[in-house]
Amino acid sequence: MPESKFSLKNIFRRKSGGGFVEQERRLPLGKQILLQLVCLFVAFTVLFPLMWVVSLSLDPRNIARPTEFRLIPPGASLDAYKRVLDQPTANPVKFWELARNQFFLASGTAIFSVLIGILAAYSFSRFEYPGRRGIMLGVVTVLMLPSIATMAPLFVLLNSINITIGDLSFNLRNSLFGVGIAIAAGQLPFAIWNLKGYLDTIPRELEEAARIDGASPNQLFVRIVLPLATPALAVTAFLAFNASWTEFGFSWLFLSNPKDFTLAMSLWNMVGQFSGDTPWSVFSAMALMVAMPVAIVYLMLQKYIVSGLTIGSVK
Amino acid sequence: MAGATQSLPTKPVSPFLAWWRRTSYTRAAYLYLVPAAIVMGVITFYPMFYQVWMSFTDFGIKNLRRDAPPPNYVGLQNYKDIFPDKIKLFGNEIDTFGTGKLAAKVQNFNFLRILGFNLIWTFANVPFHVIIGVLVAMLLNTQGLWLKKIYRAIYVFPMLLPWLVVATVWRNMFDQDSGSINLLLATVGGWFGVPAEVFRIRWMESIEIPIKGFFPGVPLPLSFYAMLLTNLWMGWPFMTIVATGALQSIPKDLYEAASIDGANGVQQFFKITVPLLRPAMIPATMVGIITTFNLFSCIFFMSGGGPLRMTEILVTTAYDLVRAQRLYGMAAAFCVIIFFVLLILTLITNRITKATERYDA
Repeated sequence: MPESKFSLKNIFRRKSGGGFVEQERRLPLGKQILLQLVCLFVAFTVLFPLMWVVSLSLDPRNIARPTEFRLIPPGASLDAYKRVLDQPTANPVKFWELARNQFFLASGTAIFSVLIGILAAYSFSRFEYPGRRGIMLGVVTVLMLPSIATMAPLFVLLNSINITIGDLSFNLRNSLFGVGIAIAAGQLPFAIWNLKGYLDTIPRELEEAARIDGASPNQLFVRIVLPLATPALAVTAFLAFNASWTEFGFSWLFLSNPKDFTLAMSLWNMVGQFSGDTPWSVFSAMALMVAMPVAIVYLMLQKYIVSGLTIGSVK
Repeated sequence: MAGATQSLPTKPVSPFLAWWRRTSYTRAAYLYLVPAAIVMGVITFYPMFYQVWMSFTDFGIKNLRRDAPPPNYVGLQNYKDIFPDKIKLFGNEIDTFGTGKLAAKVQNFNFLRILGFNLIWTFANVPFHVIIGVLVAMLLNTQGLWLKKIYRAIYVFPMLLPWLVVATVWRNMFDQDSGSINLLLATVGGWFGVPAEVFRIRWMESIEIPIKGFFPGVPLPLSFYAMLLTNLWMGWPFMTIVATGALQSIPKDLYEAASIDGANGVQQFFKITVPLLRPAMIPATMVGIITTFNLFSCIFFMSGGGPLRMTEILVTTAYDLVRAQRLYGMAAAFCVIIFFVLLILTLITNRITKATERYDA
């Protein structure tokens, strides 16, 4: 096939076809300007909140609240960022401690749900056995429910467990570990479903060939499926990480000790009824610092994420 | 395979060994399922069943301690208390099985109004997302448009941000005195000589209903429109991405053939673009409906369900019942109701999807 693609005839056809398209592509200038104006307007609405937040966070005047409309700050200073790093909220907790808690929570749930999820996804995708459809239906049903809809029993059940390891004793509900369990309860079904959707798209010829050569299901999984599924594993882990990075409901409900607090809770502390007189410049700096890490990774993985999400739904 | 060749008649094996080898394939399947089954059984399914049991009890703060007595069994009382005792239908009052007693404990609670608002919220949002998403995708698909790639990169920007950050930022943007929306409106109004006081709009707190009688029994305050705008900002880029993929897969020849046959732009849009976009847009719309229906972050962080609980949706109400009211049994019953509402919503949207698919074929 490749040689015919580059045959003389095809090159000619391409060229003439290309020329034809080029001619057609020219847009009348009036229409071009009109469409450009529409595009610019849409771009402005999209970027407006970002410009506002960035401008506030850089504002050197250190005012509590903006009193006039500005998208470009009068000068720039990183004071607000310094304050966020030092002590973002009224609690004596540093930014890096909050970020560390949030990172443990997010990476823990992401790794946990992907590790267990890929095993179940392999089972659903590559085997035929009694009860398969029923169990899959159970997973999908859970997926449909918002994770917040099981918070009452999770709160009560985790609250009834006290863990003592050596002289370390804590209530499972009032700990990051408990919050992680509650988040994982919602993340795992998603990981299973997302990974199953991806495994279904991997052609089985390789595995069939290896099976004829006498490979066991375990060998097929480790040698063939796992390497091929690496991109999906990364994307699923990131999506789980992304969801837990700004997880709010369970942390806000469960945690009461300021040293366990997370970034999400602190950001809310700077807005809600407890915000007091937190300057908006500090809030803006905090908001940007919370959003930045995941936004950058999202941007890098965007192509895979979108195709992954749509594959799952189109099927 | 190996098992089959070894168990030839020449080499007799015990029936157990034969069975063991024959089922090795199925056993592997179940083995891979075991970790997920155990974990989900313990942290997902067990709490769900526990929730159903809780919903029949008066589980409250007094039952939280470990040495506390178990909660009392109250039967369907929680469900009855959530449901109103009377429903107004076309001017007639109809008695229901409910008692509506929860409204006495939780101010301004009205189950049917919350459910109604939740549905209005969902079906007011998603059509806007789809329509604007498709229009922008078509705009970016215009042949010969300059700077397409830059616009495409800018337009996906809202998708990169977490809801927590978006909702808190927009909440500040809708602030009465310092919010950028009011300040921007005042600046633009100033150009036309409108005094700035006009634009000190109380977006989140105002209890006035700007457009009355939209939906009987479900008042829509200003905060509804503010959140509609926010969710619009957040929602359409996803639809644009889905629509762009679908638009690019439509062969150009179809449009050429149609224009040779004398079809104008509008006809081409409705006879070619819409039918060929539909298979991609319908699943995306379903995802949008379910997401918007449960959009906790937008409501909770922006209006907090206010003013007077007029913008409360089901999940934010459930959160309030657990966190603020600490009525665990009642919250469990409420979440069981949410489950059935979602089940019905999913079944209906599934049905519509299937029906339109058949229409296509």
